[in-house]
Amino acid sequence: MIGAHLPALQVVVPLIAAPVCVLLRRPRLAWGLATLINWICFGVATALLARVLTEGSISYPLGGWAAPWGIEYRVDVVNAFVLVIVAGVSALVVLFARASVEKEIPAERIYLFYTLWLLCVTGLLGMAVTGDAFNLFVFLEISSLSSYALISLGPERRALTAAYRYLVMGTIGATFILIGIGLLYMMTGTLNMMDLARHLPAVAGTRTVIVAFGFLTVGISLKIALFPLHSWLPNAYTYAPSAVSALLAATATKVGVYMLLRFFFTIVGPYFSFEVMAEGGLLIAIALLATVFGSVVAIFQDNIKSMLAYSSIAQIGYMVLGISLVSVTGLTAGIVHLFNHALIKAGLFMAVGCLAFRLRAVTLQEIAGIGRYMPWTMAAFVVGGLSLIGVPLTVGFISKWYLVLGALERSWWPVAGIILFTSLLAVVYIWRVVEAAYFRTAPNRGHPTRFQEAPWSMLVPTWVVILANVYFGISPSFPIDIAQRAAQALLSPLP
Amino acid sequence: MIDIVLLSFLAVIALAIVRLRDLFAVVMLTGFYSLLSAALFVVLDAVDVAFTEAAVGAGIATILMLGTLGRIAGEPREHRERPWLPMLVVLITGGALLYGTLDMPHYGDPNAPVNLHVVPRYIEDSLAEIGVPNIVTSVLASYRGYDTLGETTVILTAAIGVMGLLQGRRRKTPGSKAPPASSNKRPRRASGVTGMLGNTMQHHLILHVIAKLLVPFILLFALYVQFHGDFGPGGGFQAGVIFAAGFILYGLIFGVNDAGLVASPATVRLLIAAGLLLYAGVGVATMLLGGQFLDYSVLSTEPIKGQHLGIMLIEFGVGTTVAATMVRLFYLFSR
Repeated sequence: MIGAHLPALQVVVPLIAAPVCVLLRRPRLAWGLATLINWICFGVATALLARVLTEGSISYPLGGWAAPWGIEYRVDVVNAFVLVIVAGVSALVVLFARASVEKEIPAERIYLFYTLWLLCVTGLLGMAVTGDAFNLFVFLEISSLSSYALISLGPERRALTAAYRYLVMGTIGATFILIGIGLLYMMTGTLNMMDLARHLPAVAGTRTVIVAFGFLTVGISLKIALFPLHSWLPNAYTYAPSAVSALLAATATKVGVYMLLRFFFTIVGPYFSFEVMAEGGLLIAIALLATVFGSVVAIFQDNIKSMLAYSSIAQIGYMVLGISLVSVTGLTAGIVHLFNHALIKAGLFMAVGCLAFRLRAVTLQEIAGIGRYMPWTMAAFVVGGLSLIGVPLTVGFISKWYLVLGALERSWWPVAGIILFTSLLAVVYIWRVVEAAYFRTAPNRGHPTRFQEAPWSMLVPTWVVILANVYFGISPSFPIDIAQRAAQALLSPLP
Repeated sequence: MIDIVLLSFLAVIALAIVRLRDLFAVVMLTGFYSLLSAALFVVLDAVDVAFTEAAVGAGIATILMLGTLGRIAGEPREHRERPWLPMLVVLITGGALLYGTLDMPHYGDPNAPVNLHVVPRYIEDSLAEIGVPNIVTSVLASYRGYDTLGETTVILTAAIGVMGLLQGRRRKTPGSKAPPASSNKRPRRASGVTGMLGNTMQHHLILHVIAKLLVPFILLFALYVQFHGDFGPGGGFQAGVIFAAGFILYGLIFGVNDAGLVASPATVRLLIAAGLLLYAGVGVATMLLGGQFLDYSVLSTEPIKGQHLGIMLIEFGVGTTVAATMVRLFYLFSR
């Protein structure tokens, strides 16, 4: 019986847990509930992925009303993969969060923190699993609102301005997406994604649909912080609580990119997106600019969290680049990078979270010589950094490999060149951290407890993610296989 | 004709809001803006939306913004920059929207795609399938009931978010910081909504009497809107905000402390969670009874009775969460 309800349970379980968490109030209880629920979500997501891989896509009519009259949950390879990424990262980061949050957030607000965490996961999973365009917007609102609030709980006061800025930009993005969905509804009379895809070709040439497409593209680009609409991201990730930076960097933008894939490929169709609207050329240019801009600015950051945040802007560029190649290889690269970048950034932000647990600030000055005192943390950072650069035997290499292959398939040599060039830039900014941590002498530190390694409850989840970077770098067949199937599904015409 | 008058009023108010520097006046104008929007929604036959807009936009939101003004206390800093780039972005966005209208079907066109695809079933079959005369309620609570669960969760998220921001964070008492330079224009506002409005109202006899007369009727009307939503315009969202508006009116006139005696912040927090749990719980019950999530038909032996019961329960859940959230926000902003 549970098997048939898996798509609904994926979202309903954390949704019900959130109000329960409000009632618990005790910090440890709230954390325990959040952990339990996150692991259940991860279990449901893997079960869904396994089912989709063997049986094909699953449809679940909510309220018992068949689509397009009711809302449909529709799970195929693409979103099952996204569900596993979101639920898996969240399950690992929430383990890491306990100690980190107790240090960074006042005890009386911790239960609110975990409630918001559950709501954020609810929103992200709900966006990924749904087959209804308006339902996607509703869960986008849940995930966005809870992200703003999570960021605002950051330990420094600047978290408030960062969250406010994200609120304004995010709301504009969400409004644009809503306008786009509204216009599409006006022209087709339906909100179901599959149904939209069937009805849109008849009205594809109308100015209303073209405008809808523009609003959706800009709105989603704002949400995923695609250059030049990225301005909210660096401060949001820098001043958020450490665990939130890890969660959002690894999941929120991924679901945003998934949204882009759904609208471009499933709803509007690759033909309209890339041939009629000539979106491809523009997106490639923007994506390349994003990779160069993000990587260059990252080099000049002294705060390690903002360095990683700017690097995220570059990484989003890679994903969009892969997508805008509109080939199986390119899409595979984009989708597999969703998975790989989630592992890379979750690992790196968790390592930085370990540093933040012991240090006053995670700046290059503060971490001078820290490699000797926090060997496990810094080793994790180095492995994660190598993966970010794209060194062989790490997942970063797999992404870059497929991306370069995709570019070469189209014999776009300059594009491949820029990918390699930005990887070199990544070497520079990762090296700055390594140099400060290992090759600079520690300043005279006041209190000996500050020299200690982070607690194991933070180190173990960090290392699990870091080792996953290596494991899936050495045997990448699992994510690659799924990404390839997802790419083929997105490019094939509708049944 | 009336649309044009209303729309031009809206445009004038929007421009005035942009031009004005006095935040108090801006807040008042946003209240007018919402009231006019509500009137426009009535003209467009969207009475359900108009209800909410009038109660939230013109009522509660205005009070919360006044509360915020009270908390930040002070005049806005003078900005004399010329924001050309934002202006350009706004113009392009507006231009794109206008361009998009060129191929839109006309308003009320019976042959518009919207009126040909899913809507005919809602209009023709909803009475037989769900048994509720108000089609808006059928769509909102049953056909697309899951969206409404999501919207209720959005409300809960907002409440939790604001609690995370304001709960336990003590406002700086006046005098602890250097006095603001420009406080000579208007007497410095006291703290919070109650500070701004309430303290001065404690001794107004007329307000006390009028409020005492009005509040019971507002609360009764809220209950009517709640339980009559199946037949006329209304439902949980509208009822929740109207109920909260009545309660907040009481709090404004008689002070937050008296309101707190009726419903303590802890009770209100419990109710926020309870409403959503009731809604989601109905969904779990339908699953356990062998239906899909939120398929109310399985709640009773006859599908229509099940639908009716389900809709009543979830609307009550929505009303509870919405009203409790509004009251909780009022408490948070008025401390």
